[in-house]
Amino acid sequence: MSGAANIISVSGLGKTYDDGFEALSNVNLDINAGEIFALLGPNGAGKTTLINIICGIVNSTVGRVTVAGFDTVSEFRQTRSLIGLVPQELTTETFESVWDTIAFSRGLFGKAPNPGHLEKTLKSLSLWDKKDSVIMSLSGGMKRRVLIAKALAHEPQILFLDEPTAGVDVELRQDMWDIVRGLSDSGVTVILTTHYIEEAEQMADRIGVINHGEIILVQDKKSLMRELGKKQLILELDEPLDAVPTALASYDLEIRAGGNEIIYNYDTQAENTGITTLLSDLREARIYFRDVKTTQSSLEEIFVGLVKRIK
Amino acid sequence: MNWHGIKSIYKFEMARTRRTLFQSIVSPVMSTSLYFVVFGAAIGSRITEIDGVSYGSFIVPGLLMLSILTESISNASFGIYFPRFSGTIYELLSAPVSVVEIVIGYVGAAATKSIVLGGIILATANLFVDVEIMHPGWMLLFLILTAITFSLFGFILGVWADNWEKLAIVPTLIITPLTFLGGSFYSISMLPPVWQTITLFNPVVYLISGFRWSFYGNADVSLGLSLVMTGGFLFLCIGVVWWIFKTGYRLRI
Ligand SMILES: Nc1ncnc2c1ncn2[C@@H]1O[C@H](COP(=O)(O)OP(=O)(O)OP(=O)(O)O)[C@@H](O)[C@H]1O
Ligand SMILES: [Mg+2]
Repeated sequence: MSGAANIISVSGLGKTYDDGFEALSNVNLDINAGEIFALLGPNGAGKTTLINIICGIVNSTVGRVTVAGFDTVSEFRQTRSLIGLVPQELTTETFESVWDTIAFSRGLFGKAPNPGHLEKTLKSLSLWDKKDSVIMSLSGGMKRRVLIAKALAHEPQILFLDEPTAGVDVELRQDMWDIVRGLSDSGVTVILTTHYIEEAEQMADRIGVINHGEIILVQDKKSLMRELGKKQLILELDEPLDAVPTALASYDLEIRAGGNEIIYNYDTQAENTGITTLLSDLREARIYFRDVKTTQSSLEEIFVGLVKRIK
Repeated sequence: MNWHGIKSIYKFEMARTRRTLFQSIVSPVMSTSLYFVVFGAAIGSRITEIDGVSYGSFIVPGLLMLSILTESISNASFGIYFPRFSGTIYELLSAPVSVVEIVIGYVGAAATKSIVLGGIILATANLFVDVEIMHPGWMLLFLILTAITFSLFGFILGVWADNWEKLAIVPTLIITPLTFLGGSFYSISMLPPVWQTITLFNPVVYLISGFRWSFYGNADVSLGLSLVMTGGFLFLCIGVVWWIFKTGYRLRI
């Protein structure tokens, strides 16, 4: 890794659960201080397992994790004090009030009481008017906010969000993104997991892809999106072509289906996709078409592509 | 030491009791009164005295032990089992708290409750019979040791149990019989010789005997033996707890 300081360093990490299932194998990953890192992967890929090992909930089988230079096992006090975790499952207390539960979290992490900080946290999550409510009486979305408030109660420098937006409506999702950006601006390192590529796209500085317990790629978001952002325009022709006419040689075109289709590869991220000029150039070249389709790789196809690329 | 962490766990557990304060006080007062009515008045009128103490007074230490054992176990086991069951244990496991701190928090709160409860029961008993305490210092020592030991036992139970049934079955099937058969309501010298020997394998006998001695100066077994057995059981529980956290048994997978 280059210049930016690593705040988390995972090396040679593996996890085999008691039933013999290998959930992680030889995971190596560095997280830069201050970045937003998105961990993408299908169900069962090992995202939660990885996070739980870093946070101290699950024991690793092999390998080592350091946080700010401290070992997560032998120096757990230092590492865990720095970390806040919002778990994937909505697991909250039941009969406690919102205020009590976040005050509890702060104390548990070894911090002296600080009502001012708790007030600020609740206000930033629009929970202030619920501070005396019993958690049981809150809606699912509010409970998720309570989990975030608990994770932030001890002013962590690193925040893990394990699928923060699963089952959350559009409005709350937007709110959460705003909160995450705000935290990131204040210097907190954020690691989130998601199934949604758009979410990673909107939020992250870097993206890691995990599949079957292996990290198959870690890349800067911008360059990844450029690759993943490829789209195809498929033109079904009236009359088959043998080859791409020279007049259109400057475009990235392919001929398929026995000359019945022209495929144009373009980049959705580019300033100019070139579609308009291509269509008018086709017209000038007197190539007519019956139908137009566009396709974009799905997340599944991207995973398959990535796995192939690695092998 | 993460003192704020210990305090948070302790306060959290105490708050749980405060929410059910009425039930926490009324039920022990109620059951103690019932025992006095049934054992003290009905049976006590036939068995007038044991070792020079009226039957009603004689059963007070045993009754106290019975409640303290049951309450310590149920409070401590529920305290740690419930977060495991509901999933909120993730927070405890991801927090910078050590084994010792977690145990101090949970076991400390459960033991506190038992000791307070002991006071309430003692006060209730005083309404029905004469209770004198010959050795108050020893009485307190036995009370505190027992409350801590059985809260530790409850903690172990709460970590071991993987369903509600197991959580309930140990107190009902093991602890209650041991207490009833451990001389809560009789002196073991009243048993036939064979049963006296068998009874000596029951650890609760030593607790009750030592505890009763601190009240009336009479004991079934020697004070030293009572102390050694109580302390031994305490260290056994501490050892098991230490092992649980060292191996992560059932907490960290
Ligand atoms: N306690 C456990 N015992 C055995 N296997 C487990 C355990 N926990 C998780 N696994 C398995 O490990 C694999 C990885 O699980 P993990 O929860 O890390 O996946 P994930 O990437 O978070 O998935 P999701 O997107 O569904 O949350 C899965 O196949 C899961 O079945
Ligand atoms: Mg998961």
